Amino acid sequence: MTRLSSNHLLGLKELTPDDIELIFETADNFKAILNRPIKKVPSLRDITIANVFFENSTRTKISFELAEKRLSADIVNFSSASSSVSKGETLIDTVNNILSMKVDMVVMRHPAPGASLFLSKNVNAQIINAGDGTHEHPTQALLDAYSIREEHSTLKGKKVVIVGDILHSRVALSNIYCLQKLGAEVAVCGPSTLIPKFIGALGVKVMHNLQEAIEWCDVANMLRIQMERQQTKYFPSLREYTMQYGLTMKHLNALNKEITIMHPGPINRGVEISSEVADSGQSIILNQVENGVAIRMAVLYLLAAQRES
Amino acid sequence: MSPKRIILDTPQLEITLKRMAFEINENHRDFSKCALIGLQPRGIALARKIKHILESTFNHKSIKYGELDSTFYRDDFRRNEKILIPNSIELEFQIEDLNIVLIDDVLYTGRSVRSALNALADFGRPAKTELLTLIDRRFKRELPIQPDYVGTNVDTRAHDKVIVDLEKENKVWIITEQDNA
Repeated sequence: MTRLSSNHLLGLKELTPDDIELIFETADNFKAILNRPIKKVPSLRDITIANVFFENSTRTKISFELAEKRLSADIVNFSSASSSVSKGETLIDTVNNILSMKVDMVVMRHPAPGASLFLSKNVNAQIINAGDGTHEHPTQALLDAYSIREEHSTLKGKKVVIVGDILHSRVALSNIYCLQKLGAEVAVCGPSTLIPKFIGALGVKVMHNLQEAIEWCDVANMLRIQMERQQTKYFPSLREYTMQYGLTMKHLNALNKEITIMHPGPINRGVEISSEVADSGQSIILNQVENGVAIRMAVLYLLAAQRES
Repeated sequence: MSPKRIILDTPQLEITLKRMAFEINENHRDFSKCALIGLQPRGIALARKIKHILESTFNHKSIKYGELDSTFYRDDFRRNEKILIPNSIELEFQIEDLNIVLIDDVLYTGRSVRSALNALADFGRPAKTELLTLIDRRFKRELPIQPDYVGTNVDTRAHDKVIVDLEKENKVWIITEQDNA
């Protein structure tokens, strides 16, 4: 396996297990570079990348920017709040205008599911999906799986539960595809109002009791409640949600094993996860952030290599 | 069929490796200030053999040894049909102010060595860097790079292939493509 099966990274649904393994192996090399005094290589020095963010982001944007800079790419940043989008310009026009300034790759976050697929069919650049609405967030899923692989050496046969707002989470969907392709068993856990009705069709186990879920799993990935995407009330109060689904030391202490705790961020301390759990030795939340840069470097490197010069 | 000719058979190869190790020993008496670095992927087997000879023949204990990959520094990224997949880097010591001997099996255009020098510079500033190569295809250089230690010189044409096998048969061959003309 020496190249990815696609020229874009739109979602985990399209990637093969070999693609994922190639990305992981390449990320191993970049992780070594990130631990050196000089954390930069010249590979992408002739590539220009536009980071186009139609939605707020802290971690993903900084992580992509760092990955691009570590690879010596030139970058332009664009966020919808300060752009002509607010003057009525369409997505294709906005991106084509950016591309006419000789941009090779576009990293895009957009509130509409499918926006990156749409873009990949309509503009001449390589598209990397940095989150499209409630659909997919591929680099997050890759770095999550990579972090589990680092902790447990393999994903085969590992049991992973994703807890929280599955309905509005692009991280959940990408994680399900990714983990299953690597041989892990996946369950989702949350109030029935926040679990998509037919999610069982993806082959995941559905659970509603947090204690039972963490007893079953090796890894628990805690998601935040996406208030910004909720038009109606899905549960009576945040306090009640926390009482049912907030992970605390009490839950972990009741187990006769150690499980790995993950969170894609941003964390709402005291809601879906208590501070003690988030800062405990079982938590790999900061490793996830560190691995994010290496994974994004690997994705950018492999895709750029496939772009015709 | 392409003619396959032996350049170095097993006894010759052994003598050549020993001679190069003797040369390194002659130039670097104090091995505390010297490090051998094999270039990934094909310089590694050679570098390990040279290290072994230096340790067993001259009783040099714990010679600093590393393996360097220069994939991310190559100048044919996106010019190649195949994607350049990196190998691992093992460099567990500071190269600052050391005398480095870079080791690769075949020196041809010089582009790999150029990228290795760039990669090495990202780890620090050695006092001196030398180059050891088992085979020098001397007439096809594209950059002003010359080795300090040479196993043997071979005059080749562009489509000839040099095969170095240091792991199974311990021989070096050249495969010469026949001209159709």
